[in-house]
Amino acid sequence: MTRPFAVPRFNRYGVLAIYKFEIARALRTLVQSLVTPVITTSLYFIVFGSAIGSRMHSVDGVSYGAFIVPGLIMLTLFTESITNASFGIFYPKFTGTIYELLSAPVSPLEIVIGYVGAAASKSVTLGLVILSTAALYVPMRIQHPEAMVALLALTAATFSLFGFIIGIWAKGWEQMQVIPALVLTPLTFLGGAFYSIDMLPPAWRTFSLFNPAVYLINAFRWSFYGRTDVGIGISLAFTLGFFAVCAGVVAWIFRSGYRLKN
Amino acid sequence: MRPVISIQQLHKRYASGPAALKGIDLDIRKGEIFALLGPNGAGKTTLINVVCGIVTASAGKVFADGHDVTRDYRAARAKIGLVPQELSTDAFETVWATVTFSRGLFGRAPNPPYIESLLRDLSLDDKRNARIMTLSGGMKRRVMIAKALSHEPEILFLDEPTAGVDVELRRDMWALVRGLREQGVTIILTTHYIEEAEEMADRIGVINDGSLIVVDDKAALINKLGKKQLTLQLREPLRGIPADLAAWGLDLKADGSELVFTYDIDHSIDISALVRRLHELSIEFSDMHTRQSTLEDIFVSLVSKRR
Repeated sequence: MTRPFAVPRFNRYGVLAIYKFEIARALRTLVQSLVTPVITTSLYFIVFGSAIGSRMHSVDGVSYGAFIVPGLIMLTLFTESITNASFGIFYPKFTGTIYELLSAPVSPLEIVIGYVGAAASKSVTLGLVILSTAALYVPMRIQHPEAMVALLALTAATFSLFGFIIGIWAKGWEQMQVIPALVLTPLTFLGGAFYSIDMLPPAWRTFSLFNPAVYLINAFRWSFYGRTDVGIGISLAFTLGFFAVCAGVVAWIFRSGYRLKN
Repeated sequence: MRPVISIQQLHKRYASGPAALKGIDLDIRKGEIFALLGPNGAGKTTLINVVCGIVTASAGKVFADGHDVTRDYRAARAKIGLVPQELSTDAFETVWATVTFSRGLFGRAPNPPYIESLLRDLSLDDKRNARIMTLSGGMKRRVMIAKALSHEPEILFLDEPTAGVDVELRRDMWALVRGLREQGVTIILTTHYIEEAEEMADRIGVINDGSLIVVDDKAALINKLGKKQLTLQLREPLRGIPADLAAWGLDLKADGSELVFTYDIDHSIDISALVRRLHELSIEFSDMHTRQSTLEDIFVSLVSKRR
């Protein structure tokens, strides 16, 4: 039992353990994880895509049903990334099993790779499932598939990181719901998921440019249809900036022990 | 020999509350069983949590096998296993999954034969595929021990390992601790059951109100701080201690029918001289018995003295 042992410079077994634990949790709750968002998205397609969309003009040469697909995927990606990642780290805090994570030879970076990596993997999978579901309802084309996958991964990672912060910050279940319900959903709905911001009156259009969701949704829509309301460079810069801010906050959390160590 | 754990001037003050640790200095020797005793809120768990990385110290240094637990936490933590006081377990995972998870978390490559033998040693082998939430409290405690041992630690912290467990599990636990010690594992345990410390520990530390009051070998502690009491059952009750016996510092109990003599354990007292003196004073007794103070008596007197 006392064989000499040194943890390698990168604790890959530790990262893998967290990752597998989180994926196993998703597989156990496959219905909530996969089926629920698919049903919700299908309802959007039936209502907006087929019922209402059939009576609407096409937007920039794209049928309304197809136009809303990227926005809907983003909507799901935001909420699912945040929910998965926040729950992943909140649950051990809630049950007390966090002691093991804090006393293990895993670095903050390894913990984040494990939790955020798992949450982002789940979101990307879900995004692709929703994309496949959408293809059943509306004809679609993807002009920049590599960019689409890259944006999907980047957004999933960014919002999973954001969710991880919420999970550490939250003291109870109510706080876990606050940011997604009060901040995220309004921003996404007003961020051009269901319309082009060019359709808005000038004042509202300018106002919308302060909404971060606008940039994410437009960049993603650009990868599908090659057209965007705002510059793709700005969109990308914004996403990367948000990722950097979240990474900075996580680094600070681990350095200070905020709500992890008292 | 270098201590396996070295704690130097450790202070901890929580944001809301008084100081929990007030300058603790403590060295743990390799391969020993060290029992940390103290009343509730004395700082036992805080001390363990600082060593294990769960709580950040306000000041001071801790080394585990020569590695600073803050700066070189990776090397330090790999050597340490912790069984916390609270029964904190996952609910939906199986026993096998949670123990395998712990091993991976501590950076060890998978080793199913080792996990199997560990579960066997802890009588968990038939529960390996059971979900943790279906287990009894005692079984969950065993699972937590299996998790702590999953990465083959050299140092094991057991925080109140036998609190609320049945006799059988307690015996199993003691056997396990002895077995681990034979394999060279250093064990630090906190307990409320003083007889457990008396039975198991090589050395004992008493902590009260954030300070270590005493650290010593168990036998030395009992010899140094322990007392013996000789109780004589008198044939005729006495109203008071006769003046001729004043120098002996005797007590009268049970309405004067018991004469009690309290003395140090170091055997420097000549009991026969007292008996001769009683005979000369025609104080007769029908029975006698002696009692040696237990670790519990010592503990209570140490802790109450400081209150």
